[in-house]
Amino acid sequence: MVEKKKSGYWLTHAGLIIGVLFIFFPVWLTFVASTVNQEEIINPPLPLWPGTEIFENYYHALFKGGREGYGSNEPVINMLINSSIMALGITIGKIAISLLSAFAIVYFRFPFRKTCFWLIFMTLMLPVEVRIVPTYEVVANLNLLNSYTGLIFPLIASATATFLFRQFFMTIPDEMVEAARMDGCSPMRFFKDILIPISKTNIAALFVILFIYGWNQYLWPLLMTTDPDMKTIVIALDAMIPAGDDFAHWPTVMATAMLAMLPPIAVVIGMQKFFVKGLLESDK
Amino acid sequence: MSEIKLENLKKSFGKTEVIHDLSIDVKDGELIVIVGPSGCGKSTLLRMVAGLEDANQGNVLIDGKKVNELEPMERNIAMVFQNYALYPHMTVFENMAYGLKIAKIPKEEINSRVQKAADILELDQLLERKPNQLSGGQRQRVAMGRAIVRNPVAFLFDEPLSNLDAKLRVQMRLEIKKLQTQLKTTSLYVTHDQVEAMTLADRMIVMNQGNVEHIGTPLEVYTKPKTLFTAQFIGSPAMNILSGDCQKGQISLSNGTTLKTNSNHSGKVNVGLRPEDFIMDDNGSIKLKVELVELIGANTLIHGKLENSNEVLVASIAGVISEDKVGKNINLAFKDDKLHLFNANTDLRIN
Repeated sequence: MVEKKKSGYWLTHAGLIIGVLFIFFPVWLTFVASTVNQEEIINPPLPLWPGTEIFENYYHALFKGGREGYGSNEPVINMLINSSIMALGITIGKIAISLLSAFAIVYFRFPFRKTCFWLIFMTLMLPVEVRIVPTYEVVANLNLLNSYTGLIFPLIASATATFLFRQFFMTIPDEMVEAARMDGCSPMRFFKDILIPISKTNIAALFVILFIYGWNQYLWPLLMTTDPDMKTIVIALDAMIPAGDDFAHWPTVMATAMLAMLPPIAVVIGMQKFFVKGLLESDK
Repeated sequence: MSEIKLENLKKSFGKTEVIHDLSIDVKDGELIVIVGPSGCGKSTLLRMVAGLEDANQGNVLIDGKKVNELEPMERNIAMVFQNYALYPHMTVFENMAYGLKIAKIPKEEINSRVQKAADILELDQLLERKPNQLSGGQRQRVAMGRAIVRNPVAFLFDEPLSNLDAKLRVQMRLEIKKLQTQLKTTSLYVTHDQVEAMTLADRMIVMNQGNVEHIGTPLEVYTKPKTLFTAQFIGSPAMNILSGDCQKGQISLSNGTTLKTNSNHSGKVNVGLRPEDFIMDDNGSIKLKVELVELIGANTLIHGKLENSNEVLVASIAGVISEDKVGKNINLAFKDDKLHLFNANTDLRIN
């Protein structure tokens, strides 16, 4: 930004503040709704400031799976764990596999190298939603329904990440590889000692994106998990919305929603430090 | 320390042959500079010695042992790259120690070797820094440190100073020279900068399109270039080449001017006249129509055309020549013994 005038400064700030309020207001309402009791929430107008039931609501959501008389659910803590395992599994798996395949494609001359690359690239057009029936069949035949393995594996291959790492590896000067060869580096050693540390920034950025992708998975876990023990929090949230004549205990539902938001936020904040640092040090 | 011998090396990329049948002997402790225009194959040659590139034919021998099949690291050669190729995520110390760490050398030994190299290169204050916290010259020194710590049998430099600014380049050039004399390690140094080549080399190799044009000491190459290419490539401003006809020790230029020579060659020749061998002389036989006068400081460059001819000539005259000579004719004399004669057909030196 080159805007130096005072008025412009305030104007841009006002614009940004309005934007932030616009995005933040629903989140605030959710938070407020998770701190009041059922009566306050069903009688309009909606309260705008936090109530007093915060500990009650969160306690019930986390450990009891909702209030008595409002339909029961699994305790949220279980599902948070399930979701975390799934999201972390997908993220780490995707990063590991795509790092390795990009490494192979960029640094090794093997027959059908181009073909391999294009095959990987083509899978971009085949997300889970498209191949869900055959994938389900495979996972079911392998007896992996209702397991973490089954939840994670079909989502692990990632053309996007492979492509991203490939592009990044190609920007690394050839001399770096040659210097490593002169130093007596074996290929895997080069991968471990040099390539991965240099890709830190990209890994951090991808971690955030992929974690959120994994966390937000809906369709696959919905099909996969019939056992309530294996449900993820996104599925659970959906299940809490009452169907037909049922009543929902809204404060608990809102508390669950707030809890579902926390891990992705934690990941974003935690990783931010790394990639800002990486951006400052991105000098090859 | 060791001798490097290249025997009949050939290299082609696809169908284009970049090195044609090249043989060189590098003596122990010698600093050889390979110089040539870009694309002449000099870097490829260096990379073949390093083992980063395989030769299609011929042998690379280090101390009499054939190393064609050996990995770069097994040849025990160290290389300094143009863009330094330091590992950005490692500190200066780690950068220098990395090769030793892979070679599984004990820690104390690594520490003492790196410390010693750092002392030589004045890097001891910088060991904890990352490459991006260093200036260009410092990075260059780290790259050299990385080469030194391994006690290699030879150093290979691939245009190591090209990324530095002019002042630093001169300074680093001196440091490389000092270092090499001190360590007495056999070195191959690739550059396209002829000043670097002239100042650094014990012997230099002039390459052109995959062929060796001339191997010799810088002075030999300058005073007795073997080929027309070498004559034009080495020296700044470049040597003037005029076509002429040589009969009985007399050379007549295209406009009828005659020059003397001690050669008995008869036939068409190319005459090489170094700009600095001209003298301003009102009785001089060479008449020049001045087109441009460039004042450099210590001397003046006079660009012009030979009278009654289209051949251009540059003369470098000591001192200041006034610019009002532009458009006028001047007379120049030439030191006949400094004249270079090349066969017009083969481009090889005659005298």
